[in-house]
Formats: sequence, C-alpha cells, structure tokens
Amino acid sequence: MSGRTYLGMPAFPVEAKASTKDERLRANLRHATHTIRDKRARAVGELDDWALLREAGKRIKDHTLRHLDTYLLQLEDRVTAAGGTVHWAADAAEANRIVASLVHATGETEVVKVKSMATQEIGLNEALAAEGVNAYETDLAELIVQLGDDLPSHILVPAIHRNRGEIRDIFRAQMGRWGRPAPEGLTDRPADLAEAARLHLREKFLRAKVGVSGANFMIAETGTLVVVESEGNGRMCLTLPETLISVVGIEKVLPSWQDLEVFLQLLPRSSTAERMNPYTTMWTGTTAGDGPRDFHLVLLDNGRTATLADEVGRQVLRCIRCSACLNVCPVYERAGGHAYGSPYPGPIGAVLMPQLRGTTSEVDASLPFASSLCGACYDVCPVAIDIPEVLVHLREQVAAQPGHGAERAAMKAAAWLFDHPAALAAAERAASATRAVHPRTLPLRPAKAWTDSRDLPELPAAPFRAWWKQHRTTRQEPAE
Amino acid sequence: MSSRDAVLARIRAALADAPEPDPVVRDYRTAHVPGADVPVGHVPGADVPVGHVPGADVPVGHVPGADASTGHVPAGRHVPAAHVPDEHVAVIDLLAENLADYRAHVHRCTEAALPALLARLLAEHGSRSVAVPPGLPHGWLAETGEVRQHPDEPPLTARELDGIDSVVTTCRLAVAETGTLVLDAGPGQGRRALTLVPDHHICVVRTADQVVASLPQALPRLDPARPLTWISGPSATSDIELDRVEGVHGPRTLDVVLLE
Ligand code: SF4
Repeated sequence: MSGRTYLGMPAFPVEAKASTKDERLRANLRHATHTIRDKRARAVGELDDWALLREAGKRIKDHTLRHLDTYLLQLEDRVTAAGGTVHWAADAAEANRIVASLVHATGETEVVKVKSMATQEIGLNEALAAEGVNAYETDLAELIVQLGDDLPSHILVPAIHRNRGEIRDIFRAQMGRWGRPAPEGLTDRPADLAEAARLHLREKFLRAKVGVSGANFMIAETGTLVVVESEGNGRMCLTLPETLISVVGIEKVLPSWQDLEVFLQLLPRSSTAERMNPYTTMWTGTTAGDGPRDFHLVLLDNGRTATLADEVGRQVLRCIRCSACLNVCPVYERAGGHAYGSPYPGPIGAVLMPQLRGTTSEVDASLPFASSLCGACYDVCPVAIDIPEVLVHLREQVAAQPGHGAERAAMKAAAWLFDHPAALAAAERAASATRAVHPRTLPLRPAKAWTDSRDLPELPAAPFRAWWKQHRTTRQEPAE
Repeated sequence: MSSRDAVLARIRAALADAPEPDPVVRDYRTAHVPGADVPVGHVPGADVPVGHVPGADVPVGHVPGADASTGHVPAGRHVPAAHVPDEHVAVIDLLAENLADYRAHVHRCTEAALPALLARLLAEHGSRSVAVPPGLPHGWLAETGEVRQHPDEPPLTARELDGIDSVVTTCRLAVAETGTLVLDAGPGQGRRALTLVPDHHICVVRTADQVVASLPQALPRLDPARPLTWISGPSATSDIELDRVEGVHGPRTLDVVLLE
C-alpha cells in the first residue's frame, strides 16, 4: 500500500508510449473525458454570465496573489483567533515532518484522509508510512488507487484508468488486508462496488481519531476553510475525528467570504459539471461540541513562491484544480495521466510541475513539450489561465538551460507528439510559434496507432500564431 | 529564520516588481432566475436589512468592507424596497426542480400536515429509529408511532448514530439555482455528524423565508463562524466508469419537505 511514488518516473515520451499501448486505458479515458467534457459544456451553458464570472474569478485570484503576504497573515490571524493552529512549511519535507509530529502527538498510528492534491504532491502517505502511520484514502477512486498499489491518473477521477471488473478484483483481493473484506460474491456493478467501499470505510471513519485533508479555498477575512466533495467521505474525515490536520497550498487563500459566490459557481460546473457538488463543508477554527477539538492548518509553499516570481508563470497559481483542462486535451486523452509523472496530469500538470519542481529532471523538462498548443485548455479554464502562453514560456526556459539532458527530454517529447498525428494536428500549426525551441528535424512517421481521430475537439482553423493574436486582442489584458 | 518568515520573505521578493492587477469587478448576475436577479440582500418575503434574517439572532456573517490596504473592494449592495411574491414562487419551483434533478425526493406540505408526512416518510424508508436534533419544533414527530426517537442531548456517539436509521432536521436556507440546502448547526439542525452518519435524511425547508435564488443571495445570510454543511442531493460518486451511484458515505436517501 502506498508503495508507489512518482520518483524516478520515466520522462514523458517513454511513459506515454507504454500507456498508449493499453487499449483499455485508452477506451476508459476517452469515454470519461468526452462524457465530462460534454456535461461541463451544458452546465456552463446554463449561466449566461459565465464569461463575467470567469473574469471575476481570474481577477480575484490575481489580486490575491499580488497581496499574498497580506492575506496569508490575515488568514493566520483569523484561524488562530477561532481556535486553530497555523504552521508554515517551506517545502514538502517540512510539511511531512509537521504532519507526522502532529499525528505522533495524538498517539495514533492511523489517519483517514480526504482526497487532496497537496498531500499527494508532497508524498504525505509515504512519509507517514515511514513514520509508522497508516494513511487511509477514503475517496472511492483514491481507495481504488491505494488498494491497487497504483497511481492516480486524473485530478477528479483518479481511477479513471480502471474499469469495473478490475475494481472488483482489487476489492476482492485487497480489502481484507486493510480492514473489512469485500462482501462474498461481490459483483462488478458500480452500486455494489460503492456499497463495498461504504462498508469497508465505515469502520475506519467510526474509530478514526485523526483526519487529514486539503482545502479548496481558505477565506482570509473569516479564517474559514472550504472542502467540496461528492461522496461524504470528506464530511466524515472533517467531522468525526478529534484532530483535523489540513495541508493547503498558500495560493488557495481568497480575500473575502463574498468571493465564494464566484468560485462556488465556477468550480462545480467546471469540475464535475454539476450545478453544485453534493457536499461542501465550511469550518472556521474549532466549534465546541461539533467536529474536531484540535485543528491544524499547514500552509504549504513547496515551490509556489518560485512560481510567483515568474511573471508569465505565476498565473498558474490561479488554478482551482477543476480538471476541465484535462478533459479537453488531445494529448492527455492519448497519453493518459501517468505519463505526466506527477499527481497533476494534463495541461495543468505540464505548466505546474516544471515550475514547482524546476526542470532539472528529464520528465519535468519534457512536460512543457507535452502539448500541441491547441488552446482548448485555455478556453475551458474557469480562471482563464493561458496555458499555451505558459507552455511556450517554459519551453524557452528549458531550451536555454545548459547541458544536453533537458534538450534531449524536450526532443523526445516533441518526437512523441510528432509520432502521433492526431495529437499533432494542432501542433503542426503551432510549430511556427515555437520554432526556436523545436528540433529542426523530426522523425515524422506516417500514422499507425493513432488513426481514430474523429472525436478530436474542433481545432482552430487558423495557424497558432493567428489564433494567438486574435485571442490576445479580444481578451482584457491586465493593466501594467 | 522561521519557515513562516522565509515564506513571507520569498513572497515579498517574488512580488517586488509585480504590477497591480486589474481591479475586481462583480458585474455577474446576482441570480439567474427570471425576475430574481435583484440586488443581493433581498430576502424574499421579508423586508429586512442586508445580512439579517428574521428570527435569527446572529448577525449574518457579512463581511467587513473594503480592505483599504489592498484595495479589494466589494461591490455596493442595495436593499430593495419590497418583495416580489410571483418571483418567489418561481424560485421555490426551481428549488424543487433542481433538488429532484439531483435525486432528492421533494415533498410539499403545510405545517398542519407535516407530522403525518414525516411519519409516512419514516415508515416508507422502513426506519425504526430517528435522531432528533436539539430545537426541532415540538410536535413534528408526534405521529411517528413506533419509531424510536433519539434526542442528541447528550450527544450520541458516532457508533450510536451509526445504528440509527434516519434523522429529521430543519435548515438554515436553501439555494434554488443549485438545488442546495445549507445547514449551520442552528436550532433543529444539530451538529454536523447528525446529518451524516444515518442513512436517511429528511430536511424541512420553510419556503416563506428560507429560500433564496442564488449563491450571491445566500452567502450574505450565512455566518462563516458557524460550521456549515451544504447539501445538494444525496451522497454520490461517479468514480467507477463515470456511472453515477447515489450514496457512498453520506445519507443515501434525501427527502426534502418544502413547507408552505
Ligand atoms: S488550469 Fe484551469 S482548467 Fe486546468 S485544472 Fe486548473 S483551473 Fe481547471
């Protein structure tokens, strides 16, 4: 359990090749991304002021980031006043140390966890395991991933690469090792599988003394944390334990309570394509007689301040982890989530990880090249992150890096793209925009594995440069 | 240097040359229901000042004004002169529609008919026990007959709650556009675990003064100092091949009674 990490992941092209051989993975991914994509379009279409909400969301985030120190201090003040304790972690190792020592202080050796990108990013489960603490994932998909000793492949649906038969087999084989075994004769009906998860986890929730979570939003003016979810496992982890530890990236802060009226419209419709997700929990410090007695907030930097320093790259910190950009990405659909070598796959991963981790490793150096720059990710992003702009910017950085490692990684990612005509369709048009960082000659082979391109999203007819120009001029640029 | 100081110093260094971004403009709708797109603070059926709700003794969580040091300016909000009953009917209908769309069972009844309806809903679910939050109006559970009532005073343990079939609560407010119930642990709602562990939740909404159209209308009426649970349909997952399954860990059955 929790044995696999992303360390030593092969660079993008290698892993992408392995995944794309798996027909079932491709079929699952394709079905999933297209289903969510269509649903999202309908959910967004219900709001005729979507563009205004998106612009407000973008500006609220930009404003917050510009005054991040002020808002973090205000948040710290309010959380503390409400009975919580705030810790600051400069990097993953420090965050893991803080959480481990908080768990040790309770005398417990197990924690229940709400799905959280930040704790995946820092490898918290592995760090706790090394300290003798079992961390149980309680989101159904995360449970599937954890029991299968596997890695998540999608932000929203981490087990998107598994089908029902595989999930049944994993439950049958593994549940008994960690608690209540799967029911006799478990079928592969989704309702039966969900019931098995309910029974397996219920006993863990009822005895859990420590919960670990992330948060979708933190409100500076009130000290309130917000977790959105669907299954109720979040409510269980946030409500039943005596101690709650939330690990949250510093960019998750919002200035005001009112800001939630924007983000609670943007996030559910972009993410699960619902008007509202089934459950949202909001808490401010501790409340006598309701929920945990001890609340700890661990504010995580781990590369975010370095990202903030990059004037093109800092817009990535607006991300609310909705995963809409994954579901429209032709490269993600074909390569699969594992190819990106981090908990953040797809377009957001390609712009986030090279900034958080730097581009010294081959996989991180190759990520900015894992895109055809078609721009679909920008169109759906609820906070208008210009992912193609950041990708081009990062390509230039990688290309300027000394040594041949980065160049080789970039070459390989680009070659992978050029080897896959469907994903390439837009990249060819994009090539002129990035010629400086494209290898001059590429092994441009004929189509073989990638013949089924009928459902590719509409790609801009104009060449990338023209598309780019047009979009840049029709958008309101931040005043400088 | 502590990590706190180090992180703050890095932030300040990173932003040293950063320009001030465009100001936040809140020109999106305050509601999407036709006729309900009125300035925030309007409470249907009640002419009250912004941020106050009839019968509530707490000031409702709105929000100190602009932060002068950062220039984050909330948009001005105005109190309308009168309420608009026709629109309020449309808002309640939309709430019913959206709740049902996310697989909640919606019922409408009068106060007089409520005890019989609650008894029927518990019976139909086959419930033999029901958790009762402090402050649930007396008489609501007067006709439930054999169903054992478990008041949450003193608080039930999580394991005790796990053995109880149903819970009946009020709510703080409901949001029509999103089909959402918001509970704030106030009278008749109970602490958060109460509506989480039992497998069947019946939530009673007073339509006269607890239904708002939209999120921008809901937030000023909520107090962020209280623990809040937003519920939009029963627990659900789409984690297995994106097949929606109702009910994983929260209540698998959600009955909503719209009280006229
Ligand atoms: S980059 Fe935008 S679309 Fe992608 S996950 Fe983040 S907020 Fe969502």
